[in-house]
Amino acid sequence: MDAMIELAWTVTKIVALVIPLFIAVAYMTYAERKIISAMQLRRGPNRVGWHGLLQPIADALKLLMKEVVLPQNANRALFVIAPMLSIMPALAAWAVLPLSEGLVIADINAGLLYVLAMTSMGVYGIILAGWASNSKYALLGAMRAGAQVVSYEIAMGFALVGVLMSAGSLNLGEIVQAQQGPIWNWFWLPLLPLFVVYWISGVAETNRLPFDVAEGESEIVAGFHVEYSGMAFAIFFLAEYANMILISGLAAIMFLGGWYSPFHGLPLLGPAFEWVPGIVWFVLKTCLFLFLFIWFRATFPRYRYDQIMRLGWKVLIPVTVVWLIVLSVMILTGFGPWF
Amino acid sequence: MPEINSYTVNFGPQHPAAHGVLRLVLEMEGEVVRRADPHIGLLHRATEKLAETKPYNQSIGYMDRLDYVSMMCNEHAYVLAIEKLLGITPPERAQYIRVMFDEITRILNHLLWIGAHGLDVGAMTVFLYAFKEREELMDCYEAVSGARMHATYYRPGGVYRDLPKQMPKYRSSEYRKDKDVERMNAAREGSMLDFIEAFCDGFGSTIDEIETLLTDNRIWKQRLVDVAVVSPERALQLGFTGPMLRGSGVEWDLRRKQPYEVYDRMDFEVPVGSNGDCYDRYLVRMEELRQSVRIIRQCIDWLRRNDGPVMLSDHKVVPPSREEMKDDMESLIHHFKLFTEGYCTPAGEVYAAVEAPKGEFGAYIVSDGANKPYRLKLRAPGFAHMAAMDEMVKGHMLADVVTVMGTMDIVFGEVDR
Repeated sequence: MDAMIELAWTVTKIVALVIPLFIAVAYMTYAERKIISAMQLRRGPNRVGWHGLLQPIADALKLLMKEVVLPQNANRALFVIAPMLSIMPALAAWAVLPLSEGLVIADINAGLLYVLAMTSMGVYGIILAGWASNSKYALLGAMRAGAQVVSYEIAMGFALVGVLMSAGSLNLGEIVQAQQGPIWNWFWLPLLPLFVVYWISGVAETNRLPFDVAEGESEIVAGFHVEYSGMAFAIFFLAEYANMILISGLAAIMFLGGWYSPFHGLPLLGPAFEWVPGIVWFVLKTCLFLFLFIWFRATFPRYRYDQIMRLGWKVLIPVTVVWLIVLSVMILTGFGPWF
Repeated sequence: MPEINSYTVNFGPQHPAAHGVLRLVLEMEGEVVRRADPHIGLLHRATEKLAETKPYNQSIGYMDRLDYVSMMCNEHAYVLAIEKLLGITPPERAQYIRVMFDEITRILNHLLWIGAHGLDVGAMTVFLYAFKEREELMDCYEAVSGARMHATYYRPGGVYRDLPKQMPKYRSSEYRKDKDVERMNAAREGSMLDFIEAFCDGFGSTIDEIETLLTDNRIWKQRLVDVAVVSPERALQLGFTGPMLRGSGVEWDLRRKQPYEVYDRMDFEVPVGSNGDCYDRYLVRMEELRQSVRIIRQCIDWLRRNDGPVMLSDHKVVPPSREEMKDDMESLIHHFKLFTEGYCTPAGEVYAAVEAPKGEFGAYIVSDGANKPYRLKLRAPGFAHMAAMDEMVKGHMLADVVTVMGTMDIVFGEVDR
């Protein structure tokens, strides 16, 4: 009986997380279109609902009604599994993300490792999709995605090693607690180079501009999902946006002090903002990063495949390695307010 | 087992970066292009053949549809060739109007080019910035000719009509509040020349804005610098013209080297590149935008001070006005003859070329003395550029193919004709 209740409670928690997450993903697409259109002197969606607010729902309905075309020579099983493989890890990783103090589905000690494992799983969906569609464009996209994710995974992993060194824990909740204090106590300051590297790798991991060579609209049409239609395509789309939110949330947790207010512990401002629940700060910080994603997309041209590789291996990885050494010295000498 | 070295990718004709209907068969080794084989003809409309079946004036409209982003320049070459054949020169005011609209067309074309080039390389905001400006110039086209794109404004003997004394204005609607309309109409209160001048005043900052986004952008430079380098000698051998040739460092501009209309009175610079790569061609075209504004300003200045006819009064070539036609027997006959039979040209052959935004656009007419050309051959700059596709992309990566296509400023209307 107890086991049953526990199971029901866990399922409730998962549903309570996943449903808002899906709504967030849907409105992320809306926000992206609105923000980009503002940057491009357009209006963006404004026909469905007040100021176009129902647009994501209309889009979802349209995609649901559409036929999912299975290409004749595609590998049917893999073709269907691929989209699931790409959305599953994007959602599963949320299990260990603390939204606020203690507000987490699975408070496990190897949280950071689990997140890394999950985010790197996502690429299998892309590779399988590319291979299973039996299209040259899709295969090229899959190859690019594979190479890109492998090289950026390393930079990202190294950047996170810095976080784990500073926090002394793999548990995401404890990582946040290690940053307790006002804005300059958070890890972004002592780990600034790692923070930048993490963020660049994060953008690359999610295949967003300027690193969207796997999709490469103008080169390989739509890359790995060129053959997908209807809901199968929508799932890739959801996975991409869920990943964006995930990477932003992780950035907020690991470098921007998760649920802490930027005035935490300050004499006057600290108490003034005490009434704001931690989750609000977390969401705000996540939104800041999401905005950056969109801003990048509106501003930057796309990198070429080989240039992405060069940036990853020759710039980002050396930067992280050097900063890890600097960091060890900082930790050993007990530098600043952080260590 | 045979060893497989390369595979082919069908790039287009339905491809987001195909610039219309280009079909490229790419032979690739992984990401590297070994051979590019452009297939053309998907937009072939037999313009040259059609022109042989119609009186001269009725083909002007076809010229707009060749390079459909630099409409009036195509007309210009065709009309110049007819005028050369007939031995007539349009009135001075018409020549200034033509030069002004040639430059407006150049801006129109280069704006579309930078938009499409940016989009190809992945910078999508530039596209919308460029199109916002294009809208104003399209309005100029509409104000003089009634059509936003396919103007048919140039005629043998001048231009269809004089510049309008006022610009059409926006009206308020459900979506446009009175205050917005007032702002949008601010530049439209005066004459058309005032409107164009207001555009010129604001356009400089638009170019700056676009350049801020691109010129010093690291990614943009990485994508363009040293891609598709063409040496000056090779560019000449390949028959490059326009910015493609100037990007390679050859100072060749028909507006300078064999001035037509009143270009010899204009004060402007001809920008030249030094490396012959995509980035140089980009810089050349951006500078051309600024120079075009300069020329337009000089034209506005002259047109403000000098009034006069914009068409010849030789009614064997130019139709009489509607008023004359209504109460003058002879004018009625002229009108009838011109709109049914057209005019006959002396037998002979001529070639006239203009510096179109993409390069040298020429019209070669063989006349046997009839009211329509015996043969019309159009020299489209894009065709020669397209032919160099293989050479330019060989050894580059797939993503560079798109960059090269952008840098060529390909429009299939003129390549296929």
